[in-house]
Amino acid sequence: MENTNYHKAASAADAASLLSGAEDGQLIAGGQTLLPTMKARLAAPSDLVDISGVADMRGVTVSGSSVTIGAMTTHAEVAGDASLRAACPAICDLAGKIGDPAVRHRGTIGGSVANNDPAADYPAAMLALGATIKTNAREIAADDFFTGMFDTALDEGEIILSVSFEAPAKGAYAKFPNPASRYAMCGVFVAQGAGGVRVAVTGAGNDGVFRASDMEAALGSNFAPDALDGTSVSADDMLSDLHGDGAYRANLVKVMAKRAVAAIA
Amino acid sequence: MTTVSMTVNGKAVTAEVEDRTLLVDFIREHLRLTGTHVGCDTSQCGACVVHVDGKAMKSCTMLAAQADGAAVTTIEGVANGDLHPMQKAFNDNHGLQCGFCTPGMVMSGIDMVNRYKAEGKTLDEAAIRHELEGNICRCTGYHNIVKSISQAAGEM
Repeated sequence: MENTNYHKAASAADAASLLSGAEDGQLIAGGQTLLPTMKARLAAPSDLVDISGVADMRGVTVSGSSVTIGAMTTHAEVAGDASLRAACPAICDLAGKIGDPAVRHRGTIGGSVANNDPAADYPAAMLALGATIKTNAREIAADDFFTGMFDTALDEGEIILSVSFEAPAKGAYAKFPNPASRYAMCGVFVAQGAGGVRVAVTGAGNDGVFRASDMEAALGSNFAPDALDGTSVSADDMLSDLHGDGAYRANLVKVMAKRAVAAIA
Repeated sequence: MTTVSMTVNGKAVTAEVEDRTLLVDFIREHLRLTGTHVGCDTSQCGACVVHVDGKAMKSCTMLAAQADGAAVTTIEGVANGDLHPMQKAFNDNHGLQCGFCTPGMVMSGIDMVNRYKAEGKTLDEAAIRHELEGNICRCTGYHNIVKSISQAAGEM
């Protein structure tokens, strides 16, 4: 790892000012992706601004069906939050499937969302739940936030403070993890709420997380696994690598979507 | 350079380290506590697991600076005169072959038993195997590791 200058931010505003004063600064939260990336010398920020200790960016608030999760809330905290489990168990289940127990003690929802790894789990939840990403500058709808593989609508220096969403009447996440890395080869989050059915897919698309609109329409008229029989996603739009080609992943999308629906239909 | 202060195994330590220093390197190279191992260095294998403020974390994927102010427990700090029940269980059940992964297995084992007890959940064999997702034994000696954690779960 190249050397860097480490700063512990006291607040989001402090982090923003530390970042703007740095030559090539980078926020760090749990660091479960960034530190391995730095070790591989794929990233060498001049400065690291640690926001993981900012207290008001952490914690889960549930009020009726309205959920807000601070960006620095760890996967373990999301997985284990009783009030969140009562409102939206699917996101707790999803968080409990990320990485392993030690990784879940450090990794954060804000870090995952900001990184938008094409195989990360949280982006599928944000998109399916129609979440709002609140930053230190504005609020961004999930539909506008995830703009491509490792790419988001965040501006330079913009900091995610929290994510919020309305808990759906029903929701489920079905994940097919790569047997070695445990990253999603395909993960499908299905949510059925006041705004209809939303289906978001991670791990499979060649441009990152996406909504499967044909599946949403089919489930909108008949919320049952069989309703997906006539739907498909294009193999040409899927990732194709040594772990599985496009046709394999396209099939996985349907299988995982059916499993998610079967869990809650 | 940055100054880090933390409590390691109950003892206050302060040192001047490069900002990029990993917690595991701080523990091994600066404190000379070499029970914590570096296996993969890519957060897969869990040989480097320590407890930070009571929670299992991979010390190869954390900066020493991020542990500033924290209470860290390493494998050297779990015995209290006698072996910790988890260490004794690994001994009783021969829960190791080459022993390289053992410090991380013990630290993850203690963490999972503590969490399951706190949540009032039963740590059965299937749960132990699932919880060990982030700890790799390259001798593939999982069977006795699972037996060890199961025994300790009944004694802790």
